[in-house]
Amino acid sequence: MITCLKNGRLYDPAHQKNGVLEDIYIAQGRIIAKPLDGSQITKTYDLSGKIVMAGAIDMHSHIGGGKINIARMMLPEFQESKKYSEPEAHICTASCNHHATPNTTDTGFRYIEMGYTAAFEPALMPANARQAHLEMADTPMIDKGGYAMLGNDDYFLRMLASRKDQKSINDYVAWILHSTQSIGIKVVNPGGINAFKFNQRKLDLDEHNPYYQVSAREILTSLSRAVYELGIAKPLHVHCNNLGVAGNYATTLDTISASDGLPMHLTHIQFHSYGTEGDKHFSSAAAQIAEALNKHQHITADVGQILFGQTVTASGDSMMQQLNAKYAHPKKSVIMDIECDAGCGVVPFKYRDQNYVNALQWAIGLELFLSVEDPWRIFLTTDHPNGAPFTSYPHLIRLLMDKSFRNEAFAKLNLDAQAMSNLASLSREYSLYEIAIMTRAGAAKLIGLNDRGHLGIGAGADITVYTDQADCEAMFAKPDYVFKDGELVVKDGQVVKVVWGATHTAKPEFDLGVEKPLRQYFEQYHTMQLDHFKISPDEISGDGRGSIIVHQHKRL
Amino acid sequence: MRFYQHAWQSSANIPRLAGKATDLTSAIQAAADILRMSEQPLFAGLGTEVQGMRAILSLAKKTHASLDHMHAEATVRNTLAMQNSGWQTTTLTEVKNRADVILAIGTDIVSSHPRFFEKLVWNEYSLFNKTSPEIIYLALPSHLQADNLQAGISPTGQKPSVIEADTAKLPEIINALNALTNKRKLNEQQVAGVTIEALQGIVDKLQKAKYAVITWSASNFDYPHAELTVQSITQLIAKLNEHTRVAGLPLNAGDGDTSVNNANTWLTGYPTRSQFFAGQATYDSYYFSSHEQLKKSDALLWVSTFNAHQPPDCAANTIVIGQANMQFDKAPAVFIPVGTPGLDHAGTMFRMDSSVVLPLKKLRDSQLPSLAQVIEQIEALLT
Repeated sequence: MITCLKNGRLYDPAHQKNGVLEDIYIAQGRIIAKPLDGSQITKTYDLSGKIVMAGAIDMHSHIGGGKINIARMMLPEFQESKKYSEPEAHICTASCNHHATPNTTDTGFRYIEMGYTAAFEPALMPANARQAHLEMADTPMIDKGGYAMLGNDDYFLRMLASRKDQKSINDYVAWILHSTQSIGIKVVNPGGINAFKFNQRKLDLDEHNPYYQVSAREILTSLSRAVYELGIAKPLHVHCNNLGVAGNYATTLDTISASDGLPMHLTHIQFHSYGTEGDKHFSSAAAQIAEALNKHQHITADVGQILFGQTVTASGDSMMQQLNAKYAHPKKSVIMDIECDAGCGVVPFKYRDQNYVNALQWAIGLELFLSVEDPWRIFLTTDHPNGAPFTSYPHLIRLLMDKSFRNEAFAKLNLDAQAMSNLASLSREYSLYEIAIMTRAGAAKLIGLNDRGHLGIGAGADITVYTDQADCEAMFAKPDYVFKDGELVVKDGQVVKVVWGATHTAKPEFDLGVEKPLRQYFEQYHTMQLDHFKISPDEISGDGRGSIIVHQHKRL
Repeated sequence: MRFYQHAWQSSANIPRLAGKATDLTSAIQAAADILRMSEQPLFAGLGTEVQGMRAILSLAKKTHASLDHMHAEATVRNTLAMQNSGWQTTTLTEVKNRADVILAIGTDIVSSHPRFFEKLVWNEYSLFNKTSPEIIYLALPSHLQADNLQAGISPTGQKPSVIEADTAKLPEIINALNALTNKRKLNEQQVAGVTIEALQGIVDKLQKAKYAVITWSASNFDYPHAELTVQSITQLIAKLNEHTRVAGLPLNAGDGDTSVNNANTWLTGYPTRSQFFAGQATYDSYYFSSHEQLKKSDALLWVSTFNAHQPPDCAANTIVIGQANMQFDKAPAVFIPVGTPGLDHAGTMFRMDSSVVLPLKKLRDSQLPSLAQVIEQIEALLT
């Protein structure tokens, strides 16, 4: 059985194909070379006039784990928002969607309906990893994976404080990847979540955790080196210290310098690009951050764009969320300390286009997108749901691709914010090819998904087909066809077949001796057994729906 | 014979129709028939874990059932407070390693969590070399055994502080604690029989603590609008956190309530007490209670796989799927004995702190089906 996608216009940056007319052949879930015997082709789709891309990959979206479930519990009123048709902000369009906390089924459906075939939970807390995988297992249609959070756990900080060698740290990091079935490592407010439990309210990069006397810089250096030396593809995923604080761009620049030449990914960088200029002491530092990103080729970033309307912020950063809770809308928040492992803070937010800070946040995100030159090193995210629900991606793509649409929206914002942004002077418009890099080829390369994000022979046949049209928001909101592992699963924007997707992991080798001190630590200090902490592959694949894909290391 | 082998060896493990023995296939068919005929079924009890709840929700969607857990009255008190103003909470490993003061409000803790002190309070090792925490009991319910307070005595013999008061007066007492924390002057000598001095003593200890934990059991707040008491407690915690570290620890009531609440939430978008209508979940923590729904439901599916809790006495045609040892005052239309998760089959269970999820293992071979297997077979007959 071979399926042929005929006469489509391919945007496949991994193979430098920029709108090339070409046929694609699919067999057994994979893209294959043109068969010699055409009679084997059982189904042909005529894609004349259509645009063909690999399935999109969201490299940072809070789709699984405790935080979003807390948000769902706290905000039952959000479930009603799926029925809203009224725009929430002056610049909203008909396809803006404000549902920030969909259930797991809706999460999978909304993603695939937009042509996304994978999403990665960026803050999988090791002690809570089983819940994250349970939720992801109940998320149909798409592939998934997680980045395990380290750097605030007392086990790691004890290692660092007692000057354990890098090999021991590497073994622990690898053990965490295995135990939590993750594909990457994340650090959130390095040392800050832990310091908050000792009643510290703010932690700078070179400030010491009050108990361990180790700095955020030391945590970053140690973890990024571990990730590098283990050879996993995904660079350390860094949520910098001082999220949301005016003037935090300096911390972000310092964090880049702390990378010491090793690959590092700075996440939701919009929230870390704030200056202190102007009457309100809150300004855009997007230019400085973009300049640094342009200069430092080993650094990647995703934006974490905000879009206007009601959403909820769900973060591991309990320290900063405790401060942000005073801006909650509606007025409620959940802050948790969790298992000597990490923490979380869930704070609902309403971003308003007439609010100076919010309007400037919107502009800062777009300034970053338009000022960072290399689309392979900047990724399209809203930090779902923190900046906006992922369902607003088509709207965001239009803001990037359509200058007049963007400038019309900008002109409706808070006037003081307009005066503080150079957005209108940025004339760049993203091309379809660049969008395909950001949302497909670049994301797959970053995470190390060698057979995804492209349309080459051997790739998994995750393919999205759009109708070329002037309104690119409409185009990206509703693909004509989406194929998942070669099966037609969406037609005309509607799911026609339910599939369950796989879980992507990385499992670098490590010294099993690491478990000896860990076992003692668990017995003395933890409240769960080490053997229960570890998630066995069976727990994900045993139900006949899920499956695990282990990705090879980048460097052996 | 080991204790856990006792249950299945002494029991017949046989499904029953109106008290009469039958085979599993006939029982499943009878259950499906009842649900097919039902216009408004209620799925209650829900004593199960994550895998069981997944199956239950799938069947509920097909049959337009409403869903209520047997301990939801307590769960809902906490959820309502959280939905109104949020909260700040902690988990068991943090308690074990950080707590230096534990204030237990309206609970002795051990009635619902017997090993709490042994595992989390009088531990020999802790990460930060803290001393054993000071225990304060405030307003213990009168039905609790005085002996239970022995658990709050430290290994070195330090006794807990016990501040006696009527649990039903907690709304006033917690409000007074909030007032004192906000440095308001109270013009009374005592509140609900507790002296201001004693209350100020609690506030002082909480403020001086490095990491105080305030725990409560919503199931013991058995009076109207008890969610407001929970909210007062969470407000107290929020206020104290402006300057020091204090965290809440809501105690659950068991029978998988935390697992069911969580799975319900990610699968439907809503926490416990919901109903499916035309494939969509709706939520109402009052209206979808068993108490309200039994006024109109024509079928009850009662689930209790951990303990032999009986279904409520009601007119609805009743299917019971539960522990093999269950005895009935009134034989239900259908009884299907199933395995206990963590004994007869594997499963996945949320711990009481709603953050740690544990794998349950199969420990014996009882031949009993799991709840999920039975529910899936019922659902298959309805398609």
